Amino acid sequence: MGFKHLINSKKTLSLFAAFVLFGTNLMAQTPAQGDAATVDKGAMWTGIAYYVLLFLVASVCVAIVGKILRVYDLTQKMQGKKGINWNGVMGICCAIFIVAGMYGSYWSLTVQGAMKLPEPASAHGGSIDDMFTTTTILTLIVFVITQICLFGFAFVYRGSDKRKAHFLPHNNTIEKVWTIIPAIVLTILVVFGFFTWQRVMTSTEVKGDINIDVTGHQFAWEIRYPGTDGKLGSTNFRLYTAANKLGVDFKDRNSFDDLSADTLVLPVNKSIRINIHAQDVIHSVYMPHFRVQLNAVPGLPTFFKFVPTITTAKMKMITGNANFEYLLYCNKICGSGHWNMQKVVRVVSQAEYQDWIAKQKPYLSDQLRKELHFADSKPANQVSASNRLAVNN
Amino acid sequence: MSTLAVHDHGVVHHEDGHEHHHKATFLNTYVFSQDHKYIAKQFLVTGIIMAFIAMSLSILFRIQLAYPEKSFPFLTTLLGHFAPNGRISADFYMSLVTIHGTIMVFFVLTAGLSGTFANLLIPLQIGARDMASPFVNMLSYWFFLMASIVMLSSFFVQSGPASGGWTIYPPLSALPKSMPGSGMGMTLWLVSMVMFIASQLMGGINYISTVLNMRTKGMDLWKMPLTVWALFLTAVLGVLSFPVLVAGVVLLIFDRSAGTSFYLSDIVLNGSVQPYEGGSPILFQHLFWFLGHPEVYIVIMPAMGLSSEVLSVNSRKPIFGYHAMVYSLIGISVLSFIVWGHHMFVTGMNPFLGGVFMITTLIIAVPSAVKTFNWLATLWRGNIRFTPAMLFAIGMVSFFISGGLTGIFLGNAALDINLHDTYFVVAHFHLVMGSAAIFGMLAGVYHWFPKMFRRMMDERLGYLHFWLTFIGAYLVFFPMHFMGLEGVPRRYYAFTEFESMKHWLTVNVFITWSAIMAGIAQLAFAYNFIHSIFWGKKTVQNPWNSNTLEWTAPIEHHHGNWIGEIPTVYRWPYDYSKPGHDEDFIPQHIPFSQTMSSNLPHDFEDNPGGLAEHTKWTDAQKANEAVK
Ligand code: HEM
Ligand SMILES: [Cu+2]
Ligand SMILES: [Cu+2]
Repeated sequence: MGFKHLINSKKTLSLFAAFVLFGTNLMAQTPAQGDAATVDKGAMWTGIAYYVLLFLVASVCVAIVGKILRVYDLTQKMQGKKGINWNGVMGICCAIFIVAGMYGSYWSLTVQGAMKLPEPASAHGGSIDDMFTTTTILTLIVFVITQICLFGFAFVYRGSDKRKAHFLPHNNTIEKVWTIIPAIVLTILVVFGFFTWQRVMTSTEVKGDINIDVTGHQFAWEIRYPGTDGKLGSTNFRLYTAANKLGVDFKDRNSFDDLSADTLVLPVNKSIRINIHAQDVIHSVYMPHFRVQLNAVPGLPTFFKFVPTITTAKMKMITGNANFEYLLYCNKICGSGHWNMQKVVRVVSQAEYQDWIAKQKPYLSDQLRKELHFADSKPANQVSASNRLAVNN
Repeated sequence: MSTLAVHDHGVVHHEDGHEHHHKATFLNTYVFSQDHKYIAKQFLVTGIIMAFIAMSLSILFRIQLAYPEKSFPFLTTLLGHFAPNGRISADFYMSLVTIHGTIMVFFVLTAGLSGTFANLLIPLQIGARDMASPFVNMLSYWFFLMASIVMLSSFFVQSGPASGGWTIYPPLSALPKSMPGSGMGMTLWLVSMVMFIASQLMGGINYISTVLNMRTKGMDLWKMPLTVWALFLTAVLGVLSFPVLVAGVVLLIFDRSAGTSFYLSDIVLNGSVQPYEGGSPILFQHLFWFLGHPEVYIVIMPAMGLSSEVLSVNSRKPIFGYHAMVYSLIGISVLSFIVWGHHMFVTGMNPFLGGVFMITTLIIAVPSAVKTFNWLATLWRGNIRFTPAMLFAIGMVSFFISGGLTGIFLGNAALDINLHDTYFVVAHFHLVMGSAAIFGMLAGVYHWFPKMFRRMMDERLGYLHFWLTFIGAYLVFFPMHFMGLEGVPRRYYAFTEFESMKHWLTVNVFITWSAIMAGIAQLAFAYNFIHSIFWGKKTVQNPWNSNTLEWTAPIEHHHGNWIGEIPTVYRWPYDYSKPGHDEDFIPQHIPFSQTMSSNLPHDFEDNPGGLAEHTKWTDAQKANEAVK
């Protein structure tokens, strides 16, 4: 009997799956055929009708099952027996749920959890990942215990007319215990977290840091490297022109040898200082493999200092993926192109880095030279100061 | 059913005891009603409609995420130029997530939840005839309705609804040219929000003054049910924090239309240098989250209150640690004002400030943990009655645990560097807020439906609704954690351009189908709700054998709630299964003199006279025993 049921349910399940897939095919068309003009309206309505029908069939099934249960209930009652004990059924459902749910969480953790980021590719990343592991272990313990208690109690203490609940309004000792224990655990987490955070974020500039400007705008990143002097020239947004996209100020001598690049290439094991700017709206520089993220805010330049420790080539081996690339992508909603605002980041050896940087084009392009020749005479700071109605700084 | 519950209505009363009754017309009974019970129903129905709309929006964008390269001609039929060639456009995708979030957070879980249950339960549970100011209360609903209509009307604007995310960070929201949704759609969003906040303030002030001034005789603060405590503290939070959002919104309106630079500086948009100077986008974030964080507790605290009540009634046990529950609510309320910076760890805010916010954030987890343990202890050795409301309350606790725990990751600034704005955050807040608060709300709807509509909802459909929704929500949100751990960002239109994210496509399909299943399950609820309003089984006076005062009010609704005198309160609301009493509940209005056999010395802590009585009675009992 039970076995037969199983077969039946499997059959219906696969039938259902087939139906759903069939319907999806009806509803969706590959864009190649789905040219606006040639859209097949008939097929579309068939698809919709199909799903509506499916829904109605399901509803009817639910209604029929409901009726059957009610009839069964009534006949039982007429024979003087008790009807369906829904309370017991729900209690058992809770028990089934916790068993299945725990297995499901375990499956999800091991299968999908395995898809998480590879080991951190930066010096500070290790301490973040350690914190993460500690927190995961602690919270998982709490998760398992509390969920089991919740559904376990629901199952074990499912009601009956014969019992009365245990009158227990409070118990000061146990309440103190479960206030103090979380407080202690959280204190430990806070202390470690606090120092890790301070170490990662409060860095000062040291000589020898490689300064790189990363500027976000809708919808791309611009990258500027310092030239041989190791210093980036200053910028002013009012100097923006089509050829001077970053508004670099060429009154500043440091600007002359600045380089513009397409890829963010970093020498391994060197301290990198990314200077983060935005031109129009807020963006966010997100490089998850390095455990680096900081928003790019217009009018508020920021920086993030870190040391990449694993070259791209080595990461290809670690991940077993020959096409692996580190990426920098935008992680703050910034408009319709937000979802595709990425730059490849490549970590290379010092020698490769030197080769690469020698080949980069100067920021001061010929076009810009020509332009500046005329623009030089114009004073930089005269754009409508009258528009400033509110100055709140 | 229970003679105890109705005993003081045995006397015949003169019908129109309350002078403030005007002549009842159709308009002032069914439309511009000032009766709190009717306003509660208006809030509930509007909230449910908004919830269904917001849910449909989410199904639309889930279709895009699951089938980013397929074309669905019916979308074009449905949405016109927002979905050319059968695919939702990137701009409209942003609008969908924005309006989905806004409606769910504000219109469903703030107004729909607090509006319904504060209106229904505060007067009925504290024993008041109505709100302090019924007229302002009515206005509160109508402002809410207007705000809803304005918000939805933005779908009929050519350039589409607001699309900068529900947090509307400037400059994106301030510069109409930065995206289509920041034009007219954003203006409507802002207008709608100002009306919404007006509605919240009118409601909140009413709830606070009603709770403080209009409690019936004997109802001191420590005899109030946890629902009332929660709704009261929620109202306090709202009144203190919503005005800050108004300030933020008004400055944003100035930046958009008066050329000011509160939030703007150093901007070059699409190649044109903008004149703004001296403002700070971060200022807006501070103002927004100063409301925004208390807001998430405005959402969850009523759900906590409702669940506490439902769990206690249906476990037939007192809520465990009533005082601890109240103090943790107070603790959460106070702390929720000093943690807002945890949403801004990686904005470039001073790292030291980030460190401070991290400390306050993890402190707030302690009262949350205490509440959870107390709920578990309430179930322990109970005699649990699985009504649909009870199941939803249990589900609420389960979601609150799952989502609260991930808050500990996010509250840790060091971990937030990599988790901020990824799907991990989406998973966190949909479990702890989305799911838990909705479940608290549904628990409330199933539990108090008889009080509102005088009929019962169908239990078995309730069971079906619960299990499908509960499992569906976990299937939808649990896998999202792992997407976040791989650095998959939220608010992305598609993941097709990232080789590394393509392996999530199957997961996205799975999530979408789970969401559709959970969405369809809501139709079972809608059917049950509507059907039961008209054809449900008639309720009895006190269908759940509950202790609180609302079940002593007559089933038929009267303006003024009780006919004749309002019952006096003698005891706390949680005397369930008290040893020595023949029934497993003793309503609040039963004096101790009628329950000599179950009284405990503890009941007379601040009542020496009563204690003397009690001692005398127990001594007499003992003497009797001895004689026997
Ligand atoms: C256990 C206590 C909690 C902690 C420690 C916590 C911590 C956090 C943190 C740090 C964030 C920011 C994550 C980020 O953007 O990177 C966050 C986001 C959020 N939390 Fe919680 N949380 C807790 C409980 C709650 C509760 C109870 C709710 C609501 C009922 C809630 C709702 C939200 C929402 C809506 C967001 C996302 C806002 C957004 O960016 O759109 N959290 N939480
Ligand atoms: Cu972006
Ligand atoms: Cu928060």
